[in-house]
Amino acid sequence: MGILVKNISKSYGKLTALSNISLDVKSGELYGLIGPDGAGKTTLFRILTTLMIADKGQATVAGFDVLNDYKSIRKSVGYMPGRFSLYQDLTVEENLNFFATIFGTTIAENYDLIKDIYVQIEPFKNRRAGKLSGGMKQKLALSCALIHKPKVLFLDEPTTGVDPVSRKEFWEMLKRLQQKGITILVSTPYMDEAALCDRIALIQGGKILEIDTPKAIVGHFPKPLYNISASNMYSLITSLSHYEHTYSVFPFGEFVHYTDKREAMNVEEIKSYLVQQGLTNIHIERTQPTIEDTFMELAK
Amino acid sequence: MMKAQNVIEVENLSKLFGDFAAVNQICFHVKAGEIFGFLGANGAGKTTAMKMLIGISSPSSGKATVAGFDVYKQTESIKKNIGYMSQKFALYDDLTVKENITFFGGIYGLSKKKIDQKRCELVEELGLQEVTNSLVASLPLGWKQKLAFSVSLLHEPKIVFLDEPTGGVDPITRRQFWELIYKAAHNGTTIFVTTHYMDEAEYCDRVSIMVNGKIEALDTPKKLKEQYKTDTMNDVFLKLARG
Repeated sequence: MGILVKNISKSYGKLTALSNISLDVKSGELYGLIGPDGAGKTTLFRILTTLMIADKGQATVAGFDVLNDYKSIRKSVGYMPGRFSLYQDLTVEENLNFFATIFGTTIAENYDLIKDIYVQIEPFKNRRAGKLSGGMKQKLALSCALIHKPKVLFLDEPTTGVDPVSRKEFWEMLKRLQQKGITILVSTPYMDEAALCDRIALIQGGKILEIDTPKAIVGHFPKPLYNISASNMYSLITSLSHYEHTYSVFPFGEFVHYTDKREAMNVEEIKSYLVQQGLTNIHIERTQPTIEDTFMELAK
Repeated sequence: MMKAQNVIEVENLSKLFGDFAAVNQICFHVKAGEIFGFLGANGAGKTTAMKMLIGISSPSSGKATVAGFDVYKQTESIKKNIGYMSQKFALYDDLTVKENITFFGGIYGLSKKKIDQKRCELVEELGLQEVTNSLVASLPLGWKQKLAFSVSLLHEPKIVFLDEPTGGVDPITRRQFWELIYKAAHNGTTIFVTTHYMDEAEYCDRVSIMVNGKIEALDTPKKLKEQYKTDTMNDVFLKLARG
């Protein structure tokens, strides 16, 4: 009774936002939709929250059909859109009270569910939502999305533009919500967050590239991957881009991630090539691929 | 003059809003041709500091020069000598690629001939031949960001300020973007960049981390990782910003 999506397509005029998408989110799962801007993540969220109708395909949320049972879906899901969409001129408490009331409940009735999150903004409960900092807005929006105790929670890029500390705290909150039995579909452009989901769908240009557990997705990376570092990053990238045996070369933190076209690659040969190119301090070692490596390989 | 010149010099710079010190006596230097990462949590004071450096907000106290110009008295000269790009403000969506280049070239006072020459170079380098007459609104985000960066370099500024230039951009384009940054730095342009991607912090020559209005750490990524005994800049950031 999580989410079922079957062959969903949606176009805006000539632009295909979603092209024959299928996925299933199990009840109680923390499921990540991972992809950059323009991948179609928001369109899928709007279809699943019954704010938009797909051109083709079927979908159910918490067992309800997105077309026939849209009213039941609206009662059973919480949705936190990417853009802050609470009432800026209501206070923190008024916003929360408003959302509780339209869903026929009270703050007191479901306080337990939001307590963890809401206590952090409760000292500011008389402040207007428009005057809150980014992090506090995010916590209020999450509280409002949860106040009617939804079965399924939709979070559209909740951490975009958020610093690494707040992002970490946000994911800790999600893990605790999952333990309370809520099914969560969350989208993010940050590949490092993907590792925290039970399963992920990698999406780009309206198409699903792959669906699996983060661990399995990383395991599908097709080639041995190497960390290479040298004295000058720019020359290293330029040199490797012109190397005849290079299959892929991407800057990755303090290293360059490199794959070779050949079956068996010769580390010494690359080293001497780089020395010829005038580079010094060259280190080459085998490394484990990340989700981002896999995404780039699939999106190539 | 043979030693590396400082393009930004900041001494005890502060900005107060009422009693609140958004920027609290920060000090740092940025050298010519350096890629300088300016990091911090949301609300740490990065944007306020940056606004003072680009000449659109007057400091409450302290000293700073950017490209040799004073942030109190020579803000117009600063604006002429820097490039600026952010995710929020970059290009005009309802102008074409060509029109945007012409517009920004004109703003920076380049001659028509120079604008034409720059436009050809830029279109060639970014491979935008097919879309020069398309509206910027129709381009994918990644292309827009690469174009915006190149446009911010049109007038060959000594230094370019990049405010979260890669937010939401796909991983391949994000890396292509950084290759453009490396190239610009290689050609002598100083890069001042903010980001929430900690792998990008590793691409910087030096990184500062702001916490509650102060610069709490400033060094090369390698030395910061040694100092905080971690393997990644992400962990350095978490250790510092958590207090």
